[in-house]
Amino acid sequence: MNYHWNWGIFWDISPDGAHSYLQTLLLGTTWTLATAFFAWCLALLFGSIIGVIRTTSNAWLVRLGNAYVELFRNIPLLVQMFLWYFVLPEVVPQAIGTWLKQQPNASFYTAVVALGFYTSARVAEQVRAGILSLAQGQRLAALALGLTLPQAYGFVLLPMAYRIMLPPLTSELLNIIKNSSVALTIGLMELTARARSMQEFSFQVFEAFTAATVIYIVINIAVTFAMRALERRTAVPGFIGASPAAAH
Amino acid sequence: MFANFDFDVIARSLRYLFFDGMTFTLILTALATAGGIVFGTMLALMRLSGFPLLAVPATGYVNLMRSVPLVLMIFWFYFLVPYIGQWLTGAERPIQVGYFTSSLVTFTLFEAAYFCEIMRAGIQSISRGQLAAAQALGMSYPQTMGYIVLPQAFRNMLPVLLTQTIILFQDTSLVYVLSITDFLGAASKVAQRDGRLVEMYLFAAVVYFVMSFAASQGVRALSHRTAIIR
Repeated sequence: MNYHWNWGIFWDISPDGAHSYLQTLLLGTTWTLATAFFAWCLALLFGSIIGVIRTTSNAWLVRLGNAYVELFRNIPLLVQMFLWYFVLPEVVPQAIGTWLKQQPNASFYTAVVALGFYTSARVAEQVRAGILSLAQGQRLAALALGLTLPQAYGFVLLPMAYRIMLPPLTSELLNIIKNSSVALTIGLMELTARARSMQEFSFQVFEAFTAATVIYIVINIAVTFAMRALERRTAVPGFIGASPAAAH
Repeated sequence: MFANFDFDVIARSLRYLFFDGMTFTLILTALATAGGIVFGTMLALMRLSGFPLLAVPATGYVNLMRSVPLVLMIFWFYFLVPYIGQWLTGAERPIQVGYFTSSLVTFTLFEAAYFCEIMRAGIQSISRGQLAAAQALGMSYPQTMGYIVLPQAFRNMLPVLLTQTIILFQDTSLVYVLSITDFLGAASKVAQRDGRLVEMYLFAAVVYFVMSFAASQGVRALSHRTAIIR
């Protein structure tokens, strides 16, 4: 192989003149994590609302929820990102469009919104499945005790459903971190974009991508461990998830 | 809002979008699915073999692929495939491969990790009694797998495999990062050339939506028909 390895490249100064290549990668990591975090908050919020209304008995609310999920699930994330970034400012009234285009960090906000809505459809599926997996008696008992429907969801159904959903939510959280790399197409300088630009300026292809890969793996492991710990802390005694034998 | 919406730009570029772009997308999806299922099934068999020598590398491979973004993997393989080609053929210099080969290798190897997990679940869904019965009849391991376990595992997992194929179809749009003319790439090139981003990206979204939605409805209908009644 006539590839010239140079692992010292990480300490060389990058073209921005201020940071070493390693520092640019770490800066990219913070953008990746920030994007994923805010998008995750958005996804949890909207995903929970849509997931809940899909389990109500109002046919129109259920249809609305289904349409929402189908809309965001059947368009590739990259296309959705382009829609938010290039199309939205053109189809809203001109003043708002101009204001949108002038925002500093526009690609960051766009990435958060696009990723958030895209993931919210997937979270909604999990929330719906989580609520439907509960025994029907729980809802009936809560209503029979005189709780209103919102109270029944808030105090009885959702606390159990979220616990059941934790493992699939963990993989959605890992997905949102990975998917934030798609935002490099609209100019967000997150981790993959930094590795790509390091490769372009230094020609050290494999060092740059190895570093990015290692960082992604470390994030993955850290998130998995944190979520496992959360699962153990929130486990309800008497349910399958709570028995230590079934935890592994 | 849509007063100056230019439908003509879509009509003008339909040939280019579908003959150049969508053909690439669909061929890539089909070949990567086929390759991914074959390689993924092999990985699943390795993981379930019980030999650490086979199971550990397969598990490591699957975990690696699943913890890294597809975009990063597309870049990885774009630069790595020439060196792999050089290594395989013993050539003097890295072998230049086309965009198509590069993306086909990427998607096959990347999606194999996901297909592996599906096939592993499928194989594990077959009851142990079937294995024991096959062995009692004197079948060898390849016979047991080929005639008894895998056909049922495929059948059980067919809806999930097809759903993953729809995801793969959507994921192929990411070859955009290598400026390849897939469907989205074609739409994007027309959009940039004619300054018609709104029309082209909305049209691309509609096409992807219609195709994925129709396919997922088809999968839903199919999963009712192929379900094995127990």
